[in-house]
Amino acid sequence: MNISVFYLIAFLSVFFSLMVIFAKNPVHSVIYLIITFFTFTIHYILLNAQFLAIVNFIVYMGAIMVLFLFVLMLLNLNKETEPVKSLLVKLAGVIAGMCLLVVLAGSLKAISTSAKGNPSTQEVVQNLDLGTVKYLGKVLFADFLLPFEVSSILLLSAMVGAVLLAKREKTEIS
Amino acid sequence: MELSLVIEKFILITGIFAVSLVVAMYSTLAERKVAGYLQDRVGPNRAGWGGIFQPLADGIKMFLKEEIIPAQASKFLFIAGPSLAILTACIGSAVIPWGSNIRIGDRVVDLQVTDINVGILYIFGVVSLGVYGIMIGGWASNNKFSLMGAIRAASQNISYEIAMGLSIIAFLMVTGSLSLRTITEQQHGFWANGWFTWYAFQQPLGFLIFLVCAFAETNRTPFDLPECETELVGGYHTEYSSMKLGFYLFAEYINMFVSSAVMATLYFGGYNYPGMDWVNATLGPLWGPLIGVAVLLLKIFFFIFFFMWVRWTIPRFRYDQLMNLGWKVLIPLAIANIVLTGVWITAKHTLENSVSIF
Repeated sequence: MNISVFYLIAFLSVFFSLMVIFAKNPVHSVIYLIITFFTFTIHYILLNAQFLAIVNFIVYMGAIMVLFLFVLMLLNLNKETEPVKSLLVKLAGVIAGMCLLVVLAGSLKAISTSAKGNPSTQEVVQNLDLGTVKYLGKVLFADFLLPFEVSSILLLSAMVGAVLLAKREKTEIS
Repeated sequence: MELSLVIEKFILITGIFAVSLVVAMYSTLAERKVAGYLQDRVGPNRAGWGGIFQPLADGIKMFLKEEIIPAQASKFLFIAGPSLAILTACIGSAVIPWGSNIRIGDRVVDLQVTDINVGILYIFGVVSLGVYGIMIGGWASNNKFSLMGAIRAASQNISYEIAMGLSIIAFLMVTGSLSLRTITEQQHGFWANGWFTWYAFQQPLGFLIFLVCAFAETNRTPFDLPECETELVGGYHTEYSSMKLGFYLFAEYINMFVSSAVMATLYFGGYNYPGMDWVNATLGPLWGPLIGVAVLLLKIFFFIFFFMWVRWTIPRFRYDQLMNLGWKVLIPLAIANIVLTGVWITAKHTLENSVSIF
């Protein structure tokens, strides 16, 4: 039963991510992207990662996509026309996309060949508490403390940068 | 999963659904009665005894009005907007514990739909999803005023969600759990170890921030700028008529009910009340918890009344005042609250340890 749910959700994610690309209207495209993120949330729940699921739900669906929609509505980009891009840009896009596909396929193949007898995959199946907040907190603050702190500094610097960019330049009134 | 469990949960979900809809329905009457009282007039009193059938009359009127879909509007999204608004309003109540376990014969009935271990975060997710109904509806109306209302709603929700999340972080430092059931059980009774058990008395600043943010998230006055009629005609629901408008208004009242329930559960002890152990022992395992449910409902009604009280007392903010309050007052306050809570917990911990050494 679980596997059929997975195939249904996987089909929906692929379908809606294709709709993101093919929708003419940018706002429709963002709404399809929201549905795609929702299917990802279901994937996380199926993988027994409840905390990740709910964070994906709050951060991506609840905050980032609201901002996307906000900007699109503010700029009023609801015309159903796309600017015609030059052939060079299209070609570059195709090559870059193909490179990404090759890398993804290669890494997935590496995972699937090493999965047999790999302790990490067995741990995911056996340890039911793996996705809970308690377990995640212990792992983050014990095994991965340095990467965690470094990423927090990265976020802080991004925040400072954003404030600096948004700050109004001083205009001198003569 | 056994069949009896499915039936039990089904009855529970239907019951919660019915209660929240009826409460939302009668909130509309209560709102007008409270407004009437505060403005020294009677309020609706024609339909039935003291206006008791007024919500039914309003509902029938809403259903019988003509449905208008604007010519240039995106039809599907125009209908999806109010549907999404009412859907997200209704699913929030799934993780709230309505009472402690009831025992009927041999069967223990859990008065909570589901106790997921990320309960608070689930409510956050649902709240943050709630803005989509307004945004999509406002955009799909193809009207400048609706669009402005939708944009206001989005920026307001995002700004106040941050302060709300930060106030919850300090709260979680005290509770040490995300499950609403565990949080409610920690607030058992009213008085323990020389201090109140309810978290409102341990996190007073956090509760204040949470309360203000709850007002902003439910788009209630003084934060109802998305539907500010002096500037935006009707805000995001300018183009809506008939029951689609009714759904938007109704969603606001359901949101109010759910956020009152969340506040009562997190900060005011949920179904706990002073002397509950004695009542439970006297009335037995069936009626004792049901009194707890009634107490929780009373707390919720008090908060709903508080929402209305504030609405008819405090005038609406200006938009820049709203943003200043959110970003420059509430967020620094919430961060200060986190630091204070941390210091307090550490000090308490050290004190207790040093006492045990002696």
